[in-house]
Amino acid sequence: MALDYSFTEEHDELRATVRSFLEEKSDENAVREHMASERGFDDAVWSQLAEQMGLAGLIIPEEHGGAGMGYVELLVVMEEMGRALLCAPFLGTAVFAANALLACAAERTQKELLASIAAGSTIASVAHAEPNRPWDLGGIQMRAESEGGGHRLTGTKSFVLDGHTADVLLVVARTDEGLGLFRVDGESAGLTRTALPELDLTRKLARLDFDGVAASAISEGDQTANLEKVVALTVAALAAEQVGGAQICLEMATEYAKTRLQFGRPIGSYQGIKHKCADMLVSVEFAKSAAYNACFAVAEEAEDFLETAALAKAFCSESYFHAAADNIQIHGGMGFTWEHPAHLYFKRAKASELLFGDGAHHREALAARIGL
Amino acid sequence: MSDHVQMSEEELRERTRALLDQVHPEETDSVTFRRAQYEHGLAWVHFPEGHGGLGLSPKMNVVVVDEISKHSKVVHHDPPASIIGIGMGAPVVLTYGTEEMKRDLLPRIFSGEDVWCQMFSEPGAGSDVAGLATRAVRDGDEWVVNGQKVWTTVAHLSKWGMLLARTDPDLPKHDGLSYFLCDMHAPGVEVRPLYQITGEAEFNEVFFTDVRIPHEHMLGKEGQGWQVGITTLMNERVAIGGGGSKKKGGGAVAQLVKLWQERPEGALSPAQEAILRDRVTQCWIESELLRVTSQRARAAQKAGNPGPEGSVSKLAQAEINKRLWETAIDVMGPTGLSFEAGYELRQGFNATNTAEELAKYQFLRSRANSIEGGTSEIMRNILGERVLGLPGEPRVDKGVPWKDVPRS
Repeated sequence: MALDYSFTEEHDELRATVRSFLEEKSDENAVREHMASERGFDDAVWSQLAEQMGLAGLIIPEEHGGAGMGYVELLVVMEEMGRALLCAPFLGTAVFAANALLACAAERTQKELLASIAAGSTIASVAHAEPNRPWDLGGIQMRAESEGGGHRLTGTKSFVLDGHTADVLLVVARTDEGLGLFRVDGESAGLTRTALPELDLTRKLARLDFDGVAASAISEGDQTANLEKVVALTVAALAAEQVGGAQICLEMATEYAKTRLQFGRPIGSYQGIKHKCADMLVSVEFAKSAAYNACFAVAEEAEDFLETAALAKAFCSESYFHAAADNIQIHGGMGFTWEHPAHLYFKRAKASELLFGDGAHHREALAARIGL
Repeated sequence: MSDHVQMSEEELRERTRALLDQVHPEETDSVTFRRAQYEHGLAWVHFPEGHGGLGLSPKMNVVVVDEISKHSKVVHHDPPASIIGIGMGAPVVLTYGTEEMKRDLLPRIFSGEDVWCQMFSEPGAGSDVAGLATRAVRDGDEWVVNGQKVWTTVAHLSKWGMLLARTDPDLPKHDGLSYFLCDMHAPGVEVRPLYQITGEAEFNEVFFTDVRIPHEHMLGKEGQGWQVGITTLMNERVAIGGGGSKKKGGGAVAQLVKLWQERPEGALSPAQEAILRDRVTQCWIESELLRVTSQRARAAQKAGNPGPEGSVSKLAQAEINKRLWETAIDVMGPTGLSFEAGYELRQGFNATNTAEELAKYQFLRSRANSIEGGTSEIMRNILGERVLGLPGEPRVDKGVPWKDVPRS
């Protein structure tokens, strides 16, 4: 199936609306303020994002209180959030958790949780990764022991998005049937939540230690295939966020190259800088192709969606990192300072590259899918 | 050709059928049929009446071919050697030629009787083609030409060459050029095959020694050569940078994948397996993104909102294609040490029979991808300056008489 890749006027309007909202609420000062806080984001901005903009429930169906939009709208929003370096639990709750509930959970749980996620009143997060082989579902060791009508969880999850602040945790653990999804209250007894000291301060991750924590099963049967899909949906969205970050790094670098004078002329007139910018442009356009391809594949229910998601995460991760690194280089000494925002993008780029698996990880997955 | 004549598609189909009633491709040779096609105005329908066209929109050309192929098993397509004449020669004659030239030259271009070549590039003028040094000096009603051209496709088959030569070395480089039609059979024109790293000669060198060209064979005015040349290049419909395969996993990368999948078992160490598999996957990804980027460019074009996605393909494709064939030869391991086709110098193409032979050939041929049709360095300048708006380099040759500009 040939995908279309065209944006409508409504998409352009959505982009403009989100951009102007974020320019006001997530400027550099705001980013620096939130990244320094332990919670990591502004509750007031999150409520506005959910209530006024309807973004927390963007991909949640209308019958569950969401906006019922698709992945093309999501990609537009993610690009803008990546561009603004927004500090918010969007990826964890509005994308990963929402997709997990939609794909794995029974309708009753969907009813209970999706509406409050959409309203911004509940922040949910999926805890699937473990310290050892975190991005491989096959590496999950935590077992859910049944007890009475419920379950108890013991073990460690890590790299959990907003895990230290989330109201509800959706924990992936093994049962006799395979992988299942379990609901755990964020304030449960026996649960120790530790914010990770991070490379990238703009997106908070936590380590969760479970010691016989009470959990309720919210899925039926083995969820491995569903979870694979959910992770792919999440990385496709993350790839779009990476594109937004890469694009603004290109813009920052180009703008600086036009105005910075050395030896009596703009540094962008030298081929050493100009060609670096041109290579960034090619790479960013390819990254857009990769992320759009994956998100349009979701929107149009393409059969090869898992391939496109792996491809997008592999390519966009490296493209963003190189754009952020070259942005520092083109800014010279200024780009190495704490005062300049170049390092914020550089750190977000590397962290989002490593999160959910780096380029090599996703290329390996892609190679297996296409028979290499 | 601003005001297109109104003619419905059905009327054009009718007219094509009338041609087929007179001459049928299945019963005539290509030259005879294409001459008749020209006389019916069905050669290039966007040309004016009397010159092989009907003054219609260029979009209508496909209708003629479609109607012919409906009624005939044989279709006399453009002869391969005539691509330059049809794509560049005919439009330049139509725009700048006299009525007599149009009448004499156009039918023979279309029929394939006269092959044309383009002579712009020189050994000393590659990326900077406007700096070319081939001299044309006026002598009465004639111009006397001395110099050398290079990378001239089909020159050895050509009757006419489109020649850009310097008529005034005292002017800045762009202003001192004139455009000529050169009879390739005239005394003093010598065409030699130019052998490339594969051993083949796809191109030629052309040497001019006191070649005399009548003044009336100048197209455009004296000193207008660069503008006429630009018209020619605008019409150049080179497939370079066309955006790769139409199908996922198709084209060159399919051949790389085949080589990878058919690698002999146990030939590679575990580390080589892992590294090469990752390189093959990267090639697959880049090829796929080249395809998607072209599709995005088409979608944006259709929406009337073209962006940078349309400009990056030439550079990207050149670099990707080189990497792809480098990977292919590495995948073959020690087999890559042999080159069965050999390096016997010859004109035209070597036949390749196996996937391995083709890969080895492409490994060599693809080096040209980042040189021909604009080097990757020039493409990066263009992307940097025209797409990103970065300032140009200071030009040391700007406004300087050509003769005072240093040359290698």
